[in-house]
Amino acid sequence: MVEKGVGMDDQLSRVFAALSDPIRRDLVARLTAGDASVGELAEPYDVSLQAVSKHLKVLEESGLVSRSRDAQRRPVHLEAEVFDLMTKWIERYRKLAEERYRRLDAVLAELDESESPRREVI
Amino acid sequence: MSNEATIEAVADLPVIRITREFDAAPEQVQRAHIDPVLFARWIGPDSRETVIETWDARTGGEWRYTNTNCDGDAQTFFGSFHEVRPGRMVQTFTWAGMPDGVSLDTATFEELPGGRTRLVATSVVDSLESRDAILRSGMDLGMREGYAKLDALLAAGA
Repeated sequence: MVEKGVGMDDQLSRVFAALSDPIRRDLVARLTAGDASVGELAEPYDVSLQAVSKHLKVLEESGLVSRSRDAQRRPVHLEAEVFDLMTKWIERYRKLAEERYRRLDAVLAELDESESPRREVI
Repeated sequence: MSNEATIEAVADLPVIRITREFDAAPEQVQRAHIDPVLFARWIGPDSRETVIETWDARTGGEWRYTNTNCDGDAQTFFGSFHEVRPGRMVQTFTWAGMPDGVSLDTATFEELPGGRTRLVATSVVDSLESRDAILRSGMDLGMREGYAKLDALLAAGA
């Protein structure tokens, strides 16, 4: 809860910060379907191409997306591995909760053995 | 058995919600949240021992406990019991290491057929950043307890 893996905290913070914006989340969601150019990505939004480029830059800096250097189109590519980190992060939290509640299961099982269920608890 | 905990972290809201079912009556599940001796037996991670320092589980009461691991690292948590009544508890929760941070935690204990219980534990914090810090705390603990795969992935990506 206190100590942090070296370097990890920074990257995960950047990923979470990058995903704190609804347009960026939408961009990431759409990129799960496949690579796309900045123009294609900008199309559905009521914002300038420049604004979308700015959002993509934040995503790029977080490591969530990359852009190929060669082609003129420079398609944006979702780095699925980094995106998976988020899921793993949440899953890890869920597992800790599950471990906690398994301990509670054990405590409750003992209560059952040592007494009949009581109604007046509070 | 499908009692496994589920988690919800809605993208736009500073909320974490965990739902879990138990093969015990709501009164018993809630009692394990109210009785400090029972609570200390399950709340801490496996690697830590929980010592309750203050515990007044009534509406308006306060609570405080410390988790210590075998290396002597001690983490203290405190807050108040905003409301305690059958089927529902609302508490504030602060980790002493970040005293300005506070979450509002609501637990509901819902009766299910067959003498079972559905527990819904909802934490509301003041920002998405705080929520992410909480989610990350699980990952940090995971790192210490050997979540080596992620470690390697990040090392490769860094």
